[in-house]
Amino acid sequence: MDSEFRELYQQIILDHNKSPRNYGHLDDATHVLDGQNPVCGDHYTIYLKVKDNIIEQARFEGSGCAISKASASIMTETIKGKTIEEADRYFEWFHKILTGSVDVNESLLKVGKLAAFAGVADFPVRVKCATLAWHTMHNALHNKKERVSTEEDEA
Amino acid sequence: METIIAATPTTLNFDVQNIRKNFPILNEQVHGHPLIYFDNAATTQKPRQVIEAISDYYQHSNANVHRAIHTLGEQATEGYEEARRKIARFINAESEKQIIFTRGTTESINLVASAWGEKFVGQGDEIIVTEMEHHSNLIPWQLLAEKVGAKLRYIPFTEDGTLDTSLFETLLNKQTKIVALTHMSNVFGTINPIKKIVRLAHDRGIPVLLDGAQSVPHLPIDVQSLDCDFLAFSGHKMVGPTGIGVLYAKTNRLENMNPYQGGGEMINAVWLDRATWAEIPHKFEAGTPNIAGAIGLGAAIDFLQQIGMKQITLYEQQLTTYALERMTRFKEMTIYGHAPERGSAISFNLGSIHPHDMAQFLDQYGVAIRAGHHCAQPIMRKLNVAAVNRASFYFYNTTEEIDAFIDVLKKARDFFDF
Ligand SMILES: Cc1ncc(COP(=O)(O)O)c(C=O)c1O
Repeated sequence: MDSEFRELYQQIILDHNKSPRNYGHLDDATHVLDGQNPVCGDHYTIYLKVKDNIIEQARFEGSGCAISKASASIMTETIKGKTIEEADRYFEWFHKILTGSVDVNESLLKVGKLAAFAGVADFPVRVKCATLAWHTMHNALHNKKERVSTEEDEA
Repeated sequence: METIIAATPTTLNFDVQNIRKNFPILNEQVHGHPLIYFDNAATTQKPRQVIEAISDYYQHSNANVHRAIHTLGEQATEGYEEARRKIARFINAESEKQIIFTRGTTESINLVASAWGEKFVGQGDEIIVTEMEHHSNLIPWQLLAEKVGAKLRYIPFTEDGTLDTSLFETLLNKQTKIVALTHMSNVFGTINPIKKIVRLAHDRGIPVLLDGAQSVPHLPIDVQSLDCDFLAFSGHKMVGPTGIGVLYAKTNRLENMNPYQGGGEMINAVWLDRATWAEIPHKFEAGTPNIAGAIGLGAAIDFLQQIGMKQITLYEQQLTTYALERMTRFKEMTIYGHAPERGSAISFNLGSIHPHDMAQFLDQYGVAIRAGHHCAQPIMRKLNVAAVNRASFYFYNTTEEIDAFIDVLKKARDFFDF
């Protein structure tokens, strides 16, 4: 097993895959959106409860690979209690981490657990797995109603 | 249930190590491990003999076919037509005129759906397919149905991944124009009871198209005994090159069909405002064909016949039985497809490990399998899974490779820790 593979499947990712946080339906969600990756069948629903510009609750439901599930789980932890603007900033950082354009060691304080996804940059086909929940969350927050499909990114 | 394999009491005499020596790629290392190639239902590896036939053609005989009055042109035409004769003998067709070269199974089926379908299927007619088709034996019929106003009907599959043939007869009626089904499922491995289906359809004068993408590479095929009207298959799944495939059809079907594409090679005489068509099979081969591909496929067939298709089938049966026996020892293992008559494609899931994680993990140990929906989304929907893993064997795989594969599955289970 080579080091890139270890970087991809870090312990924290395996842990969130096995025991996802904030998993399940949210009854009083203010924002709900589906996201799917039609190529591999990953499918998640993101639930957000936003009040006074603060994301009070973030939950998710669905199924997919370890990378996509851990990403959704860590995302909900990350954005809970944050403002919409802060969530947007995490969304941008996350993209930079996945494209390898940010040194996660340098900005570890800012990105926190998201640093675990730095290894995804070495596996281009898995980037969509990692971004699915984030795109869905971002569209939900900004009231884009159409469900997210990873394949439309490229159109 | 018809027995395709057991009917031939051949003893197995198979020197797999010797056979492997013909496949240069089997010496590759992947992530520091010897390649274990278990993705044969997607495409197979090529023996030296096929690679050399293609390179010999380009080095010594390259020219266009059926046109040139010069030595190379004659050699190219002879090589191309000799490949057609080899294919005809391989599937026991009556004549090589029944063999049309295409790009592969997909194009063969599209050819029938358009050149035969648009002429003989009309408003209110019905096309029968099964619920276990590869997209390439489903979408062409959907397109045809939409174009002419016909309707698709489906033979369902049961829990063990076999066709519910008891329902088949109830689907047949006066509007039924064709039955199109897979000979061997690329997901379940199921070998479908073709003779029974053909008999029931022919009793009512309905033609049958067989998708042979998974069967022709693995089973002895006799189109006269199967009595199918059309058979589609791909060279690349039977140690041949990509970009070449075959449509076999009964002569009367071919003669009555529209042309498929228009262009050079497929005409007899051309005026500015009309044309007459070449004889079959050339009527269906517009433009310069994949000459090197056809010659490569001819070499592939020589290679398979030298080993013997019965030997190949028997050996693969052994491998598959062994693999299933070892795989089902995992208590977290789900196998999709439990047909008594089956080929060497095994779809599975291990515990809650997602197939993409599994495939990525196996790759770390040099094991290549397929993960995904296998171009059969309706099957996945009915099974209520997003994706499955599929290990599929060919005659160059070994029981030692299966042992190594099982060891990596154990490692995956520990790594993803359920
Ligand atoms: C059952 C079946 N039909 C059709 C096809 C399509 O073959 P090709 O892509 O070579 O046209 C495949 C291969 O993927 C298959 O397994």
